[in-house]
Amino acid sequence: MALTAEKSLKNPYLSQKAEILEIFQETEIEYTFRLESDFELNFGQFLEVSIPGYGEAPISVSNFTDQWLELTIRKVGKLTDKIHDLETGDFLYLRGPYGNGFDFENYRGKNLIIAAGGTGLAPVRSLIEYANNNLDQLSDFEVLAGFKDAGSLLFERDIKRWRQNFDVLLTVDKTCDIWGECVGLITEHIAELHLEDISNTEVIVVGPPPMMKYSIIEFQKLGVPDNQIWVSYERKMHCGLGKCGHCKIEDNYVCIDGPVYNYADVKEIRD
Amino acid sequence: MGFNFSKNEFNQLLESLDQEYQIYAPVRKKNKDSFSANDLITYDLVKSLEEMELTAKSKYSAKEIVFPIRETLFHFVEGEQFMASDTENKYIIFLRPCDRNAFKRLDKIFLENGPEEDIYYKRLREKVKFFVIECTAGFDSCFCVSMDSNTVESRDYSAFLRFEEDGVSCEVNDQDLAAEFEAQAEEIDFEPEFIRKNKIEVNLPDRDKLTNEVFEHQLWTEYSQRCIACGRCNTSCPTCSCFTVKDVLYDENKKSGERFRRWAGCHIDGFTEMAGGHNFREEYGDRMRYKTMHKIYDFGERFDFDMCVGCGRCDDVCPEYISFSKCINKLSTIIEEGV
Repeated sequence: MALTAEKSLKNPYLSQKAEILEIFQETEIEYTFRLESDFELNFGQFLEVSIPGYGEAPISVSNFTDQWLELTIRKVGKLTDKIHDLETGDFLYLRGPYGNGFDFENYRGKNLIIAAGGTGLAPVRSLIEYANNNLDQLSDFEVLAGFKDAGSLLFERDIKRWRQNFDVLLTVDKTCDIWGECVGLITEHIAELHLEDISNTEVIVVGPPPMMKYSIIEFQKLGVPDNQIWVSYERKMHCGLGKCGHCKIEDNYVCIDGPVYNYADVKEIRD
Repeated sequence: MGFNFSKNEFNQLLESLDQEYQIYAPVRKKNKDSFSANDLITYDLVKSLEEMELTAKSKYSAKEIVFPIRETLFHFVEGEQFMASDTENKYIIFLRPCDRNAFKRLDKIFLENGPEEDIYYKRLREKVKFFVIECTAGFDSCFCVSMDSNTVESRDYSAFLRFEEDGVSCEVNDQDLAAEFEAQAEEIDFEPEFIRKNKIEVNLPDRDKLTNEVFEHQLWTEYSQRCIACGRCNTSCPTCSCFTVKDVLYDENKKSGERFRRWAGCHIDGFTEMAGGHNFREEYGDRMRYKTMHKIYDFGERFDFDMCVGCGRCDDVCPEYISFSKCINKLSTIIEEGV
């Protein structure tokens, strides 16, 4: 077989090797991998992550600095099973970053509320970290994080740290609770929010499709206009390049036009 | 420049072009279709006029020459990646105006959509010259005139050919080829002709009248009962461009393998499935709705023409006799008359 190394040719499908610097266990099936990185990243962007031979998958960057980035990966299939066998010093293969991400300018000086369901916390974690370090750039900041049960709680160490600086409301769908705190669907807790200055409020909703749908309805009931609601859509962003077609919703390619949208722009679109 | 060839002269031209190009044209393969005693009309390499099937529509388009059904992206050995080597071949493709226009749609997705060009499509596409087959009668399921893809501008082909009883007349506007044509034939005046009316006409619905109710309409539920999600409409479509990427490890050495892509289709199970198993269009009727909207609305929102070229192949291959042109017309009626 003739192998020709044509790496000088611009090929967006080739990925680059990144060393695993640290691994953090989040839950029984979710681990956060910290990798060396020189990617220029924006909050809420994603990478195509692979191990050659085992496939490739879109994974949100769950935090980053100039030196490293983190990927929070659930063990759900052939590739992610293999990733979970890796150890510090091993390599993952990355290409990207893809997608638009969250533009902080849309939230600067505002009351920002982030409602995240389950792994939906991963794509907003870097934004939350930025807000945590720059609270003076927001008028007010609050995070509502909903989880299925105590066993699926993510970023426990971060949440405890964030709570020293701003409100983080934790909710649990099922009977078992987290740290003796409130139980129930995130939507019930949205309904109880007291929004004082709605015109100066921006809301971000990220999570599984049903959670997003009903959370948005609750925010609308509170009087938040659609153009002050922001969503990040998870679809099968298979190539990340606007070619393969798997993530398309109407005329939107989520991988290039999204995954972050102003809700007013996408409230009518149908898969 | 126009030329007139006898059949013999045209074969000499093909022989001369064959030195430099792989020549693809529709051919008839006796008894080779899916069902016994049916001929398969498909694309294959040809060296003479007699091998070409110019009176029937090919089951599949010429898409697979530039966007192969399965294409290796790169090989890997342990972690090192090696881009799949490029072919040295150059291609001439004989195709009808609808199919030439289908490549304009593929060009949009692979070369213009998103931040980067698709290098694999580009490097094959650059090696292709199009020889357009004049088509003035069409076939039973065609509706290219309604889709505005019945004509081709002269800058979009190297040659435009009229096949007649006793020979071939044509127009050439490719400097690379002019000399070869001149050497074989006498010069004439040539004006391409195009089909101006199909047996089937479709009314494209008015974009502005599309409402949410249309997405929920019973029309789509009916397709849920008929469509079997086989994806033949996707694979036969000259404009379907979706693909799935897969990895294989070689049995002999599990540390090496390749990443390849293969055609995917929005009617086929798993198209929208995410890690964890969530699908966005379980109902087959929703897939029909999605495809329909893509072909006559969504693509056109991003670019300046609709994706469907009205070749009618999806109608020809559907085992459930679902007709795309009828679907468009039903949709139009529903939108015009109000849901």
